[in-house]
Amino acid sequence: MKKSIVSLYLIVVAFNFSCGQDTVNQVNTISDVPFHEELLVDELPIPWGIAFLPSGEMLITEKSGDLYIFKNGQRNKISNVPEVYERGQGGLLDVAVHPDYKNNGWIYLSYASEDGEEKGGHTAFMRAKIENNSLINKELLYKGSPNTTKGQHFGSRIVFDENGYVFLSIGERGARDDNPQDITRDGGKIYRFYDDGRIPETNPFVGTAGAKTAIYSYGHRNPQGLVKNPFTGEIWDNEHGPKGGDEINIIKPGANYGWPVITYGVNYSGTPITDITAKEGMEQPIHYWLPSIAPSGMAFITTDNYGSDWKGALLVGSLKFQYLELLKLNGTKVTDRIELIKGLGRVREVVEGPDGLIYVGVEGKGVYKLVPNK
Amino acid sequence: MKTFFLLYFLTLASLFIYLFQDPELEESIKRGSEIYADFCVTCHLEAGEGVLHTFPPLAKSDYLLENREASIRGVKFGQQAEIVVNGISYNSAMPNPGLDDEEVADVMNYILNSWGNSSDKIVTLEEVEAIQK
Repeated sequence: MKKSIVSLYLIVVAFNFSCGQDTVNQVNTISDVPFHEELLVDELPIPWGIAFLPSGEMLITEKSGDLYIFKNGQRNKISNVPEVYERGQGGLLDVAVHPDYKNNGWIYLSYASEDGEEKGGHTAFMRAKIENNSLINKELLYKGSPNTTKGQHFGSRIVFDENGYVFLSIGERGARDDNPQDITRDGGKIYRFYDDGRIPETNPFVGTAGAKTAIYSYGHRNPQGLVKNPFTGEIWDNEHGPKGGDEINIIKPGANYGWPVITYGVNYSGTPITDITAKEGMEQPIHYWLPSIAPSGMAFITTDNYGSDWKGALLVGSLKFQYLELLKLNGTKVTDRIELIKGLGRVREVVEGPDGLIYVGVEGKGVYKLVPNK
Repeated sequence: MKTFFLLYFLTLASLFIYLFQDPELEESIKRGSEIYADFCVTCHLEAGEGVLHTFPPLAKSDYLLENREASIRGVKFGQQAEIVVNGISYNSAMPNPGLDDEEVADVMNYILNSWGNSSDKIVTLEEVEAIQK
């Protein structure tokens, strides 16, 4: 009996393992890493968002509710930050800087907020200016509703495209059967605005009865990476799937990314969510991770600072495995996956600075700068 | 096989005794399981097994079972400190989950009484309220 249990165990493990290798590719390690990491800003429990002002100053959000400005080794706290709903994955989330900051001074923040009638919170989107290390001219641009006390899936990432629009992700707030497939409800969506928060007339659901017209795409689970592909101008996201269903998607107007009707993942308990991974009218990811890496943050390398073969590659943080993943691309096809800075901590955010260098937000540590080896 | 059945019935029997002994605890555990599924499961996983070297296990965790007050404090306020669980060191930050005191008590009762863990004493609202940062 004992023997058969052991062999059954081995068979199950072997089966699991063989499933794991079915994926597109595996993550590789390299010995000749072209940089060394330098801890630039220390003592940050959860550096959620990083953005740069044109002058080179770095803005950093700390999830518990603090906004910092960092320059020349000096870190200052910015006051008058909006009050945040700190619960579960909610708190002060992303920060972004207007492409024309030099002339208009706007920065953008996303955060979990209790604003509204119902108990709980939802993702809010604000712009403001900085004066004497304090936020002024705060304008609430959008607020998801209704509030819920669920702790999950606030999304939060903010990015500008080349045409003056700003995009925001909001996760499905732990209500996968209610929100992502319903365009009359917030959550599980990527939104598009003019830079002052007005809804563009050309948004895909303007004119659709009952729709939240800020919606640009839907059927998302929890996008925590959102970036402009600097080579094509497209908006790309990465999003947390359930177990085994993390994805990279190219965001198209009006498109449905399928959650939870189609997914490559299963429930955390291992039970199935759906038996289909594809459906007519629903978008396929360009990549999905098996096993899940819990992706957060996303940046393209646009320079050859780290070698010419890394130019054009994509960086994604892994919360789960505590590394930074480099994805080499051929067009939209992932050709190689490399793990970097393994074991420093949960990688929450990655950005390319105006100096062309990569900055990484690591939980429990702070912000690292990846300094190219000469 | 014999051991399996013996274990099975023993577990069933103890579960039975336990669940019908204290309806207040039973209710708290039930609410706690929902909190767990909402706030904790993504890191500590479905069976409380955690992730080796990253997220400490809760199932049969010596730290949890022997450090009741510190565990409640961790759930109530979040924590960032190196701890040793079942002989392995963990140093990841746990963010403040933002639960109210009643929810902290519920989820504590759930994790103290799941996956082979058991605790004789129910965690009460008053006990959670009394614990400071």
